[in-house]
Amino acid sequence: MGASQSTESNLTASIQRHLSKIVVAPSFAASLFFVYGFILWTGYMAFSKSRMLPVWDWAGLRQYERLWQMERWHVAIENLLVFGGLFIVTCLIIGCLLAVLLDQRIRAEGVLRTIFLYPMALSFIVTGTVWKWLLNPGLGLESMMHDLGWTSFKFDWLVNSDMAIYTVVIAAVWQASGFVMAMFLAALRGVDQDIIRAAYMDGASLPRIYFGIIIPSIRPVFLSAIVVLAHLAVKSFDLVIALTGGGPGYASDLPATFMYTMAFQRNQLGIGAASAMMMLATVMAIIVPYLYSELRGGKKNG
Amino acid sequence: MYLRKTILATGVAISALATASFAHAEPTAEVLHWWTSGGEAKAVAALKEDFEANGGKWVDSPVAGGGGDAAMTVLRSRVLSGDAPAAVQLKGPAIQDWAEQGALADLNDVAEAEGWDKVIPPAIQNVMKYEGDYVAVPVNIHRIDWIWANPALLAKVGATEVPKSWDEFNALADKLKAAGITPIAHGGQPWQDATIFETVVLGLGGPEFFQKAMVDLDEDALKSDTMKAVFDQMRKIRGYVDADFPGRDWNLATAMVMNGEAAMQIMGDWAKGEFLAAGKVPGKDFICSAAPSDNGYLFNVDSFAMFNVSGDDKVAGQKLLAELIVGQKFQETFNLLKGSIPARLGVPLDKFDDCAKKSEADLLAAQDAGGFLPSMAHGMALRGHLSGAIVDVVTAHFNSDMSSDEAVSRLVEAVELAKD
Repeated sequence: MGASQSTESNLTASIQRHLSKIVVAPSFAASLFFVYGFILWTGYMAFSKSRMLPVWDWAGLRQYERLWQMERWHVAIENLLVFGGLFIVTCLIIGCLLAVLLDQRIRAEGVLRTIFLYPMALSFIVTGTVWKWLLNPGLGLESMMHDLGWTSFKFDWLVNSDMAIYTVVIAAVWQASGFVMAMFLAALRGVDQDIIRAAYMDGASLPRIYFGIIIPSIRPVFLSAIVVLAHLAVKSFDLVIALTGGGPGYASDLPATFMYTMAFQRNQLGIGAASAMMMLATVMAIIVPYLYSELRGGKKNG
Repeated sequence: MYLRKTILATGVAISALATASFAHAEPTAEVLHWWTSGGEAKAVAALKEDFEANGGKWVDSPVAGGGGDAAMTVLRSRVLSGDAPAAVQLKGPAIQDWAEQGALADLNDVAEAEGWDKVIPPAIQNVMKYEGDYVAVPVNIHRIDWIWANPALLAKVGATEVPKSWDEFNALADKLKAAGITPIAHGGQPWQDATIFETVVLGLGGPEFFQKAMVDLDEDALKSDTMKAVFDQMRKIRGYVDADFPGRDWNLATAMVMNGEAAMQIMGDWAKGEFLAAGKVPGKDFICSAAPSDNGYLFNVDSFAMFNVSGDDKVAGQKLLAELIVGQKFQETFNLLKGSIPARLGVPLDKFDDCAKKSEADLLAAQDAGGFLPSMAHGMALRGHLSGAIVDVVTAHFNSDMSSDEAVSRLVEAVELAKD
């Protein structure tokens, strides 16, 4: 009797001890298989001769060679640099500016905050479609200006091969800058008010307080924002599909749309896998240093 | 390679076990397709009715999205797991790709009983056969190289018909442009750019050149002066389209011709469906005319490939389906709904419109003259990666100020790269 009671309580105790692990295990196993397993599989596919169906025949670096010989891939990579760079920088500037302005204890802050944050609630497909209509010279802004009598107004970026990628930047910034604003606003609110008051006492001007004290003290938020925005940029797919369809021609192709075209439309699984690995490498180049610094920092604190 | 075959074999074995118990049920066929809207959906429903009226059990597997990309992804996983659908909407060299993997069923017994060799045009038989065996069945013939014109707009510059040569075409377009009329309605999507491109290749180079350049990918043809002239003509056409063309869907371009906003559209005969749906009469409200060429005819044939299935009911269903698809009755109903012409010659065309009758007359003439050729832009002539490489260059040239010389050298490079 006593013995069985003790085994029972042992069992309960061990369940309690391992409960968190048991609960997490299925999702851990699933992500191990479906995320990391398939990353490995894609990595292998990039070294195989796969075209229509996955095959295991080894092709060495041939798929990567072909990838880098393709004009279209170069366009996609250049677009990613242009898009990613402008998107991150503009979002940071606009987001930071909005946050600072909202931080001035103004009236109706809650309403304004919601308005600026709202675009983030939309899906990229919606953003892309709406901006496609706005920017279409025959339907949107340009035709409205013409109707209002400003006939020399010209804004044809959407249909201009050299400028199409910038329309993607516009739409993406519109969508994401509110989110950056929210991140900054939270950080600004966390800055120690005593320091600011002390600076006031010393007669520092408001811009000086921001540039000298507040912004340096929220530097970690910049890092988080950059990491979030950078991975959004690398994986952006639906926005381009909805806004420009990768066009005109393939002028606004990004690596993600390139990968889709190769793997699912042209029966080039090998090249598609190789381009996916290049995208993974790009994201890793951003995330790994970030994680490293975070984890190291954590150890120091702990 | 070896591993995949093992997977395939295991899968087939498992599905064989699973279906064995239903061995004596009615003929069943699962049909994977992406005809889910408008006339296409009605056309599929017609096939379903016909199949069920003949005692079959139809299992519908529509996978819409991406112009068939989504369906192809489903197909890949179904075949890899050994559970292929009986019939799959598949066309052009993709049929050969799947046949090479050993995934397609042999239809020779149905073909012999029904005498397909006599009624299906030989050029289309080539697409449907793998190493001499029928593995797929054609449902229709779309013609690509059409010009759809608005006669009222042509009349404004004194023209009564669509030009018969590309020089006349340019002269007419210049006149229209001078009169303030957009000469060409066009949607700037890669496949639409490529549709115009291949029509011009056929027109300026002739059928023989088309065969060499777009089917055989002969390097000399690709870098010839004729190809440069083709890109020159593309540049001219670029000047004939309106400013807002990028990204426009083809049916909106057709609507421009219909509503008198543009004079002509170069597009396959699915455009006809838009005119007819709007109650327009061929010859009166719109003109259908072959684009200038020397007895050329570019075809785009939709078809169903028959995959290996096991179980008597499924095999019987598949054979019944194949027989019905090529049968006169279905070919007539389906093509009346879809706007194309039957893929089987000798089907009476009484119920069809004048454009369809012209299409068949031109087909027979082109066949005799050796000009009945597969479309490159619509995936009939080349495998996806090869036609994709060509389309990339065509669309990059059309949407920039690239010179014809550069376009030709890029074309040669891109094809070379895609080949290996």
